[in-house]
Amino acid sequence: MNAALELFIQQLINGLTLGMVYALIALGYTMVYGVIQLINFAHGEVFMVGAYLALTAIWILAALAGPLPFWVSFAALLVFSMAGSALLGATIEKVAYKPLRNSPRLTALITSIGVSFFLQNAVMLIYRSKEQSVPEIIPHVQVSLGRISFSLIQGVIFLTSIGLMIFLTWFVKNTKLGKAMRALAEDPEAACLMGISVDRVIRVTFILGSALASVAGVLFALYYGSVNFHDGYLAGLKAFTAAVFGGIGSIPGAMLGGVLLGVFEGLGAGYISSQWKDVFAFLLLVAVLISKPSGLLGENIPEKV
Amino acid sequence: MLEFKHVYTRYGKVECLKGVNFHVEEGEMVALLGANGAGKTTVLKTISGLIRPAAGEVLFRGKSIASLAPEAIVRLGICHVPEGRKIFQRLNVLENLDLGAFVRKDTHAVNEDKEEVLRIFPALKKRLKQRAGTLSGGEQQMLALGRALMSRPSLLLLDEPSLGLAPMLVSAIFKMIESIHRQGKTLLLVEQNAHMALKIAKRAYVLETGQVVLEGQADEIRDNPAVNEAYLGGG
Repeated sequence: MNAALELFIQQLINGLTLGMVYALIALGYTMVYGVIQLINFAHGEVFMVGAYLALTAIWILAALAGPLPFWVSFAALLVFSMAGSALLGATIEKVAYKPLRNSPRLTALITSIGVSFFLQNAVMLIYRSKEQSVPEIIPHVQVSLGRISFSLIQGVIFLTSIGLMIFLTWFVKNTKLGKAMRALAEDPEAACLMGISVDRVIRVTFILGSALASVAGVLFALYYGSVNFHDGYLAGLKAFTAAVFGGIGSIPGAMLGGVLLGVFEGLGAGYISSQWKDVFAFLLLVAVLISKPSGLLGENIPEKV
Repeated sequence: MLEFKHVYTRYGKVECLKGVNFHVEEGEMVALLGANGAGKTTVLKTISGLIRPAAGEVLFRGKSIASLAPEAIVRLGICHVPEGRKIFQRLNVLENLDLGAFVRKDTHAVNEDKEEVLRIFPALKKRLKQRAGTLSGGEQQMLALGRALMSRPSLLLLDEPSLGLAPMLVSAIFKMIESIHRQGKTLLLVEQNAHMALKIAKRAYVLETGQVVLEGQADEIRDNPAVNEAYLGGG
């Protein structure tokens, strides 16, 4: 195989890996936006807390249990982190956003920025400000073909993310709560008249979104091997870009937007310079906002009389 | 079954309903008439809990429902079909019907009711998997009615079911409403099309700027030329 193709495939794999993580975070932005039209800027911080919870779970496992098969440890990390973040998400909604349900949207938006600062600083105080290294849970093995390599952790990221996205799609399409979420996103008043408890659906949306972001946090921590209290900022901003790129409010849009953004960054890093990869991500945002503001899969349905 | 006692509501500082009194008996069809802005929609929203009365009492089967959340009111068996139909356009027809039965847990009976709704509105049957937003206006109104029936309501509130429909469809929709009523549902019908509403309702109230200015048997109101001229725009 020639070197150019090898480079392309390798960067594609790296980009897809990153894209899966973006997609998981972007889903939370888009779902929350769907039901209450709020850009929840604290969402990136939930991702970061998820990563720290994974680190905490690793410490606990190391202190209490002996060596475990990697998939047992990994499952334990996921459960611990998802449970903690789901609780965090529900608390944020209840304390910060619910009292503002009938306030102007800007009020809630600014509150979300406040929540974001609060969480960053809380984590910094609890875990210290310096970068913490995450012990290796997933063994460093990889398959190689020429100069292309695909590591076990990348496989874990692919499987976990795709599995969760399939689950979410099924949930939203087929369950009663999923239908209620879509109904609420389209018309809150009509949803009320169906007997849907708006508060409950909003709470479930935050719980789901936060749990997905925390999985992204776990995967991110294991992939990069370190966590920092301001990791949530950039990752959150990128995932928000991905959500807008795919069409904010659209669940398949967030998945597609996340994956494409990751690929775009991966290829940009491979062919131009990895120091410029953030620039590519935000260039993409600007390009989308200029050419198709509703995003790839976003839509506006005209009212019919 | 339903009773309003001196109900006042406000939007901000503006009084919308100013001491409205009326009642609907079990099994009746009552029409609520009046010009734009008279407060007809406000009455329905107050019943379904979207608006809280500032003063007065709203009683359903003798119990006050004024402080209940909309979802609790749906559970009591009151279903409100809002103005403009408000079907979920991005969901398919079947999903819309399922959401109508959101508060019900009796799956078997829900499925029976679904069959029944599709029997009343056969036009919907061919379009179950189609997005509701792609239906014609008449079909959307049928879906709104069908979705409401899915909650198995004992009291059905209809807000302007004929709005924006072609004349031929209007009479078809009114026929369907009449047949729903004949199957034993109590109906409160808000209409600007007073002529049609008075044909199918038993009693009627006329609202003007937030007050009931006239009440009586539907046929008396219909046949009284002075009333017709003063409140219902002739015809």
